[in-house]
Amino acid sequence: MADALLEFRAVSKRFVKRLDAVERLAKRLGAQVAEHTVHAVDRVSFAVAQGEVVGLVGESGCGKSTLGRLGCALHAPTEGEVLYRGVSVTAGGGRQPPIQMIFQDPFASLNPRMRIAEIVGEAPRVHGLVPKAQVADYVADLLRRVGLDASYARRYPHQFSGGQRARIGIARALAVKPEFLICDEAVAALDVSIQAQVLNLFMDLRESLGLTYLFISHDLGVVRHLSNRVVVMYLGRVVEIAATAALFESPNHPYTQALLAEVPRIDRKRRTFVPISGEIPSPLAPPPGCHFHPRCPRAMPRCAAEAPALREVAPGRLSACHLND
Amino acid sequence: MTLLEVADLRTEFATRDGVLRAVQGVSFSLDRGQVLGLVGESGSGKSVTGFSILGLIDPPGRIAGGSVRFDGEELVGAAEERLRALRGKRIAMIFQDPMMTLNPVLSVETQMVETVLAHDKVTRQAARARAVDALARVGIASPDERLRQYPHQFSGGMRQRVAIAIALLHSPDLIVADEPTTALDVTVQGQILYEMQKLVREVGSALIWITHDLAVIAGLADRVAVMYAGRIVEEGEVEDVLDSPAHPYTRGLLDSVPANNVGSGRLNQIPGMTPSLLKLAPGCAFRERCRYAVARCGEMPELVACGPRRVRCHFPVVAAAAAAAA
Amino acid sequence: MAAAPRSADTARAETPLARFWSQFAESRLALAGLALLVLIVGTALLAPLVAPQNPYDLAALDLMDSRQPPGAEAISGKMVYRLGTDGQGRDMVSAIIYGLRVSLYVGVASGVIALTLGAFLGVLAAYLGGRFEQVLMRIVDIQLGFPAILVALILLAVLGKGVDKIIIALVTVQWAYYARTARSAALVERGKEYIEAARGLGLSAGRIVLRHLLPNALPPLIVVGTVQVAHAIALEATLSFLGLGLPPTEPSLGLLIANGYEFMLSGKYWISVYPGVALLVTILSINLVGDQLRDVLNPRLAK
Repeated sequence: MADALLEFRAVSKRFVKRLDAVERLAKRLGAQVAEHTVHAVDRVSFAVAQGEVVGLVGESGCGKSTLGRLGCALHAPTEGEVLYRGVSVTAGGGRQPPIQMIFQDPFASLNPRMRIAEIVGEAPRVHGLVPKAQVADYVADLLRRVGLDASYARRYPHQFSGGQRARIGIARALAVKPEFLICDEAVAALDVSIQAQVLNLFMDLRESLGLTYLFISHDLGVVRHLSNRVVVMYLGRVVEIAATAALFESPNHPYTQALLAEVPRIDRKRRTFVPISGEIPSPLAPPPGCHFHPRCPRAMPRCAAEAPALREVAPGRLSACHLND
Repeated sequence: MTLLEVADLRTEFATRDGVLRAVQGVSFSLDRGQVLGLVGESGSGKSVTGFSILGLIDPPGRIAGGSVRFDGEELVGAAEERLRALRGKRIAMIFQDPMMTLNPVLSVETQMVETVLAHDKVTRQAARARAVDALARVGIASPDERLRQYPHQFSGGMRQRVAIAIALLHSPDLIVADEPTTALDVTVQGQILYEMQKLVREVGSALIWITHDLAVIAGLADRVAVMYAGRIVEEGEVEDVLDSPAHPYTRGLLDSVPANNVGSGRLNQIPGMTPSLLKLAPGCAFRERCRYAVARCGEMPELVACGPRRVRCHFPVVAAAAAAAA
Repeated sequence: MAAAPRSADTARAETPLARFWSQFAESRLALAGLALLVLIVGTALLAPLVAPQNPYDLAALDLMDSRQPPGAEAISGKMVYRLGTDGQGRDMVSAIIYGLRVSLYVGVASGVIALTLGAFLGVLAAYLGGRFEQVLMRIVDIQLGFPAILVALILLAVLGKGVDKIIIALVTVQWAYYARTARSAALVERGKEYIEAARGLGLSAGRIVLRHLLPNALPPLIVVGTVQVAHAIALEATLSFLGLGLPPTEPSLGLLIANGYEFMLSGKYWISVYPGVALLVTILSINLVGDQLRDVLNPRLAK
């Protein structure tokens, strides 16, 4: 990709719960203990270009949150590389990173024992971004920018509502002058009317600061509104990538089709719900071949044996399904 | 035939900072086989309304006034034994967190059999058979095996289905569901909504579905009641309320949903935040945030009929027309 | 079952400390316990000013006054022995006050040292994980497998008598409990998003442990701490009763009870019973405070 800012190259992440000393001993004595491996992310490749908003959607166990954390080096990939401007994100520590994450839970994402001034001002001060004498003004400025009163700096997180805390989290991320924001379900825990305010804030910041976003969400409506492109994940793999309009109008992959058909919509009143059969499999034991085949209405024998590759089926559209062959 | 008649329900909590009036005069009625969506954001009082109907308000909260008539019987002030006899048998509640229903240290079988035996004098085998049937009805595969398992062996979505199965054991007349699918995936939510619809159709239960998700209500409910700051501000058939809302809050809410803003740059947003329930100014609670507020709004509007729906606003028609013109 | 809804308005500029205090003060029993505790600690601290007599000053004692019942007057007429005297003519009131002093000193000192040591190791183990955490937790498990009394007895048999020796013994017995609690609390906090955010911001591990993890892991430790202090005082009393630990020149409440034991059968109950009551009341007040602390600091009950 031409001006790719953040790039995932065949990134895989597995979480292995290793046996500790006692369990190893038990195993040697014949007990039925085994190592559990969670295949959180499986050979994911895509890139985000400068200025884009890419929406990342999927359900529990799809790995989107893990992928987001791989993107900002909170996890290290088991295989593959995560590159920012061509340089691996896991290299270099201690400097202020150009990628920041906005978290989901407005209650758990702020240190309850620190004042707002400290929460927002700690990192820029520690990294020397702002001289100590100017930190207070810098923090005040940031708070105003996210729509909060500057006098809030002296307060503690528990004194704010969910929407306000979400804004504080954004201020904290902006304080280190990032270029790229990864939003992990950043508005999921907020009321509808507050969601609108925060989403508008994201868009305003994108304009005024030239930010690029990876927007992780389970809410298709939000993703449709915000994103230029959408990446759909299922059980650790990417199943479809397309421009937003194209994806929502004519989804290619059977999972995307089922997802879009399932999702409740305001304009469809008194509908009869027709669910997808089966459960989402556990990431501890994903089905062989195509992960979706047990629930796919159009599965073929080939689907159980061979995992489909993510291939371009039209300009700018990628899909991982044997039906496209 | 009216199954549930709620009239001027008032619930309040005594807190350190004063009296918190969570529900301030809520009235609605519900027939058998009907689905009512109770919609609102945090602080609107929708969950507390649901709890009040079941009599699950503990000190420092209390039902301060009003009436809840279930099949002609008054529930407010009824004896605890009477309420307990009704709960689980004729009125059931489903919570957002299934672990509020499920005991983590008991097997599913024990919990379900106990629930059956608590209200019906049947043999254990008969109770167990009913439990297997209920699990099958909510779409749990191999229910006989699953019955012997413990809650932690189920995934989140499955647990919620078990909680719903427990609610179904006595085929209750009324089910109150408080945000049961909010924390679940889209596909799991779809499955649960499907089951609930089947239930309403087959058993004829009345359903009160409490949520902030307008899209779910659109698909599921027959009627909608929108709550704001402890009161119902708009109520009517789901098509009327969601397609042509008359109250400025409902209108603002629908306008701010991304699905209604496809293609435009910014979402319409309602300015400000929900007011504190401790310090409510007199008059309409939505005043501070309402585009159309005038002096008259200092006087609390009543819930009056406005066409096919009821609205709590002095100028509903004006608001609707103005917005339509905008 | 329904809790009061969370109000969006929180304009009170309260520090966590002020908020904590108002929640603590909700229990009258805890406030009573706190008042009692303050009284006890105050008395112990001001011992030289409050006690009618210095029980360690052998010159002030009169052997003729020994084993006097409560309310008896001194032969010299200088004072009234409100709670009687012990086998050496010491005024019980003074002996109890000074004994309280020693008991509290030993209990609090050993508690504070054990807490610092245990908290530091526990939080570090939670943050570093891996081999360090495994080894430390196994040591903790092994130590906690032994009864506290047994470990203390063995240590004191080796170390001998003295206030510092008993503090060492008590610290050795207690640190493991703090370490385990600290590690659990730190593990819970470590999974929270604000720690991830701190890592994402490029803050150093040291800063995260000290500035972010430790202050938030502290509340359960404080609860454990209050109860453990009571425990330590009781343990020290037991050890002194058995004749280990403290020298007879600096009697703690336990030693006083031990000394008076031989006189119980002859009806001179006051020499054992009153120090026992003092011990009981001290431990009770600490536990009352600790109970409310635990409820206030319990995150599941938090508002």
